Amino acid sequence: MTRLLPLALLAGLALLPLGLDANPYLLNALITTGILTIGAMSLNLLLGFTGQLSLGHIAFFGIGAYVSALTSLGFEVELGFGIRVVHEPWPAALGFLLAVVAAGLCGWLIGRLSFRVRGAYFVIVTISFAEVVRLVALNWVELTQGPLALTGIPALTLGLPGLGSWTLRTKVQNYYLVLAVGTLCYLMIARLVGSRFGRAMRGLKENESLALSVGINATRTLTVAAVISAAMAGAAGSLYAHYLRIIDPDVFLFATTVTMVIMVVGGGKGTLMGPVVGGLVFGLLPVALRPVMAPEAQWIVFGLVLIAILFVMPRGLVPGLAGLLTPRRRGEAPTGSAIQPVEVRS
Amino acid sequence: MTSSAPESPILSVEHVGVRFGGLVAIADLHFDVRPGEIVSLIGPNGAGKTTAFNVMTGFLRPSQGVVRFRGTALTGLQPHEIVRLGLSRTFQRTSVFPDDTVFDNVMIGLHRRTRSRLVDTLLGRDRAAERRLRAEARDLLDRVGLTARADEKAGALAYGEQRLVGVALALATEPAMLLLDEPVSGMNASETRVFVRLIRAIRARGVTILLVEHDMPMVMEVSDRIAVLNYGRLIAQGAPAEIRSDPAVIEAYLGQGSAAREAAMRAASVPTPVPAPMPVPATPETAVAEASHA
Repeated sequence: MTRLLPLALLAGLALLPLGLDANPYLLNALITTGILTIGAMSLNLLLGFTGQLSLGHIAFFGIGAYVSALTSLGFEVELGFGIRVVHEPWPAALGFLLAVVAAGLCGWLIGRLSFRVRGAYFVIVTISFAEVVRLVALNWVELTQGPLALTGIPALTLGLPGLGSWTLRTKVQNYYLVLAVGTLCYLMIARLVGSRFGRAMRGLKENESLALSVGINATRTLTVAAVISAAMAGAAGSLYAHYLRIIDPDVFLFATTVTMVIMVVGGGKGTLMGPVVGGLVFGLLPVALRPVMAPEAQWIVFGLVLIAILFVMPRGLVPGLAGLLTPRRRGEAPTGSAIQPVEVRS
Repeated sequence: MTSSAPESPILSVEHVGVRFGGLVAIADLHFDVRPGEIVSLIGPNGAGKTTAFNVMTGFLRPSQGVVRFRGTALTGLQPHEIVRLGLSRTFQRTSVFPDDTVFDNVMIGLHRRTRSRLVDTLLGRDRAAERRLRAEARDLLDRVGLTARADEKAGALAYGEQRLVGVALALATEPAMLLLDEPVSGMNASETRVFVRLIRAIRARGVTILLVEHDMPMVMEVSDRIAVLNYGRLIAQGAPAEIRSDPAVIEAYLGQGSAAREAAMRAASVPTPVPAPMPVPATPETAVAEASHA
């Protein structure tokens, strides 16, 4: 059941463009939803599995977008002291890789800086970091064009030596690229969560002192989680840049982080499918609402839907629905009940 | 194994003091534990026992003094680094990862037993190691007698069973020495009896044990030596028989409330079928006989 559901969803999503008859509006909505869903999945790795709330998660997304765009566009900047840096355009695929690396490095930095204090401090550090990065993107006009936006970003070109190459310009191509990257991220997170590393994350989240006392290194575990999470967000940002072909400092908007948090919490944090389901629901909700109400009213419905979900299913859609499907197991002993003596074998 | 002489201590607490502001939690604690011993640290509430544990395991920095484990000074080491040296502990209250099954609890506890790298995990090359870990987890659950509870949420277990999960977690780190913080509190008499056998079984595998416990009959029965703390000071140490008749110890307990007085009276008047369970290798039969007064 739990194994079949993701496969069924993947099959459905893979066949969807055939049914849509290449409707550009719906495809566009699906692609941006898919990109945000990858962001939500990466956020879930931190928020859901380690319990650390990164409210600046969009920073990693935006850094990925800008690094990828600048790598493939090339730039020329004056760093002061007469140092000029000139970068010739590189292939977009290289930009994607650099975006992942750069975002991952930023995740490492933020992790090292803030995981010694944790909790509310981590939230504040991440918000501030995102704001600083946004201001840099806005004001370092020579590099980023500031509010004028980086335009003419090339589309991604995938190629295999000897087999030729494809430049992904159409929406259908981008759709499948996002689906492939999303699936890869899902599989990676699934592997991590089910492994020794995933158990270390769960242990730290559930009982930190006990986790330390069995030899789990808290700072290292959380930092590695932050690096992987940030790198995935960076990958999503790079996809975004090469799909839209134009980015401006608005990619760092705080509201986008909030959308990702809503996707994770609404879908079910700490579950593999939660951010995927939450991402699709909240990503496609505006599409469903567009014919019937104005954009401003849509945000109200957005909020109402979230409240309704959390009221009925406090842990989110996926755990809530799973709970409805599986009948409650009997014999779950209440805490503190008298117990039978247990046999010791030595 | 260490190259040191058999009589050299595995753990030595050397003039350790802990102050929180003006409050002296531990004044000048100084004692040794030798390899293979079961030593108990007792004393009235607030005497500094758990504080001492926290110092030994790196959760608290002492204001003075040093703790050595197998000759290594533990000063400045993090809790997870101290575990790696072979000194493991259990906790008084929260001894489990509540949202995981008992089996997964032990799997988390086996963290240090493999060195799977993330790359191996992502490429699915850690399967053999994971299989080995699952076998070890089953074996550990069998040792502490929790096999039947393997699939239950640890947080839903009764307190006594949660303590056993805590012991399984500590054993998962393959310690040379185990610190048990009030392991039988919340257990009934028969559970305590079973636990005493578990402690002996652990010691029989060569693990040194330091115990903090309020259950005096249990302490008297299981310990080779007892150290008594009061107001952060060591007021006595010796074999159970000596401690039972030590005037300073009786004074310390009588000075407390009536509950402590009762405990001391009971401890002092324990009928002992066998003199004192000194280095007598305990068979299950004698263990049950000794525990029958509980």
